[in-house]
Amino acid sequence: MRAPGVQQVAGRTTYRLARPSVSGVLRVRALVVGLVAAALALVTLSVSVSIGDYPVPLPDVVRALAGSGDPGTLLIVRELRLPRAVVALLVGAGLGMSGAILLALTRNPLASPDILGIAQGASAAVVAGVVLGFGSSLGTSGIALLGGLAAAAAIYLLAWRRGTTGYRIVLVGVAIAALCLAVTQYLLVRAQIFEAQRAVLWLIGSLDGRDWAHATPLAIALAVLVPTALATMRWLTLLGLGDDTARGLGVPVQTARLLLLLIGVGLAAFATAAAGPVGFVALLSPHIARRLAGVAGPPLLGSALVGSVIVLVSDVTARLLPGGQLPVGVVTAALGAPFLLILLARANRAGTGG
Amino acid sequence: MELRAERLRLAYDARVVVDGLDLEIPTGAVTVIVGPNACGKTTLLRALGRLVTPKAGTVHLDGRAIHSMPTREVARRLGILPQAPVAPDGLAVIDLVTRGRSPHQNWWRQWSTGDELSVLGALRATSMLEHASRPVDELSGGQRQRAWIAMALAQETPILLLDEPTTYLDLAHQIEVLDLVVDLNRQQQRTVVMVLHDLNHASRYADHLVAMKAGRIAAQGPPAEVMTAELVQDVFGLRCQVVTDPASGTPLVIPYGRHHAADAPSLAG
Ligand SMILES: Nc1ncnc2c1ncn2[C@@H]1O[C@H](COP(=O)(O)OP(=O)(O)OP(=O)(O)O)[C@@H](O)[C@H]1O
Ligand SMILES: [Mg+2]
Repeated sequence: MRAPGVQQVAGRTTYRLARPSVSGVLRVRALVVGLVAAALALVTLSVSVSIGDYPVPLPDVVRALAGSGDPGTLLIVRELRLPRAVVALLVGAGLGMSGAILLALTRNPLASPDILGIAQGASAAVVAGVVLGFGSSLGTSGIALLGGLAAAAAIYLLAWRRGTTGYRIVLVGVAIAALCLAVTQYLLVRAQIFEAQRAVLWLIGSLDGRDWAHATPLAIALAVLVPTALATMRWLTLLGLGDDTARGLGVPVQTARLLLLLIGVGLAAFATAAAGPVGFVALLSPHIARRLAGVAGPPLLGSALVGSVIVLVSDVTARLLPGGQLPVGVVTAALGAPFLLILLARANRAGTGG
Repeated sequence: MELRAERLRLAYDARVVVDGLDLEIPTGAVTVIVGPNACGKTTLLRALGRLVTPKAGTVHLDGRAIHSMPTREVARRLGILPQAPVAPDGLAVIDLVTRGRSPHQNWWRQWSTGDELSVLGALRATSMLEHASRPVDELSGGQRQRAWIAMALAQETPILLLDEPTTYLDLAHQIEVLDLVVDLNRQQQRTVVMVLHDLNHASRYADHLVAMKAGRIAAQGPPAEVMTAELVQDVFGLRCQVVTDPASGTPLVIPYGRHHAADAPSLAG
């Protein structure tokens, strides 16, 4: 029997402690990618807080975040700009992790919440609220959350047949998305110009004017959903081997799938409620994270961190571009899609596509 | 560790595949199930491994109804290798095999000495150690099959259910896998149930042979008693001659075809 410690076994770095009896496989590359992404997220968060009409130098930002500085800087940093940056961070994390869960769960590389109808459900509900003038007491976020969850519930109920298979979830989701889109467009065509404009602004996904009232519910949702997702990560990994093999290895397949689906759509619905349907982040983050980390399934934390970086960088870019502010949703797609294409092209050359 | 099916009724929606089937799997022996395509072998094996829920009847594992046991508890006693498993893109062989350990792991202990011994042992037994770092989707069909068998081995269950473990393998690797099954059975007293299509391999490697036809058990028992020309004619609708395998002393089926039967002498019955 070999001694406890870190050892190379058949191309894997493994670690094992005698007491407490902790052991596992160490994925060095994934760990490095995760740490770099986390560092990048913190840096862009600080940059996001520092730029604006009254630029605050980065050292002052860091000091203000730690709680010291003159009252003016403290106000700008902590009350005016930080909420927006935190919403960006959390929205990116929520969408990234949601994408990773749904991707692994359905075994379909296209299954993200913005293809499956969660975002469209939220959009339809918000537009209906604006145009038909109801639900103003709930606030836009509340209506969006209800819409997203309603779409998710519809997907689950309609996809349920002798146990929901991944393939059915995708098809039903695409149908629900199309239906919600039709409703949204019908309402927009019928709406007065002024209302339509308000609705369209929300529909693109924007971080303008986000304050702690937007950040707090999202933070609470993530505080509940992210640890649950991490706790069920092993089920998700095993489901990737197919239902039969997963059950053979002791996964309660139906329960696991329902729980993971709930977590996945919950993350997406809360994120969408906070910032509108920020496109592409949920689709791109898991693919980018998986390729950077060099692992088979999309890593949950890695996808969340990549999502945060994408949204933060997009928001900073949008604010720095000349000619007025762009909504963040426009930039996420413009930045993220080419990055994924580059990764795919490189993977093909190395002979590891897919 | 005993596995037993009682008055089993298995169906997909309205299509009844198996009805009123009783089967006792001999503990510590190799049981082989043979039968024509679509007769219900896979369905029966999946029911024995609690992957399909019976419409009626029960599968008992150690005297308890398998479908009411926690699935993780079953996973520590019974391993099942499905007929056509698929691995996610880019999954390395060693990671696949390590997943076979999950019924024995928890989130803080994922590479115990037991895990390491089982994973390396399974890789060695299937001659996959040299391919450990390669992605499963880049392997040949036979290598892939061996990777999956290694995963099932790493699970270290007293009962092992294998659905056509020799498909895709060349003859040498078929024999290698079947010999490995016998090793597991003899050295570790594991109970093995496998579906095979090759009647000669079935006769050679089975302690207990089960011949299925249209969802029923046509015959079962020691291969020497079960594997007769009449049975092959009855179950497969194939004329043949059964002689004694000179290497193993077990029945050897020589099939007749339309082009190769005309003047064949009728030796055995
Ligand atoms: N998922 C399914 N849904 C509906 N019918 C099924 C399903 N799986 C199998 N069947 C049907 O059940 C019957 C038995 O199938 P099974 O897979 O058990 O046969 P088998 O004996 O394993 O055949 P083979 O030798 O071809 O593997 C077949 O008629 C098949 O069409
Ligand atoms: Mg079969």
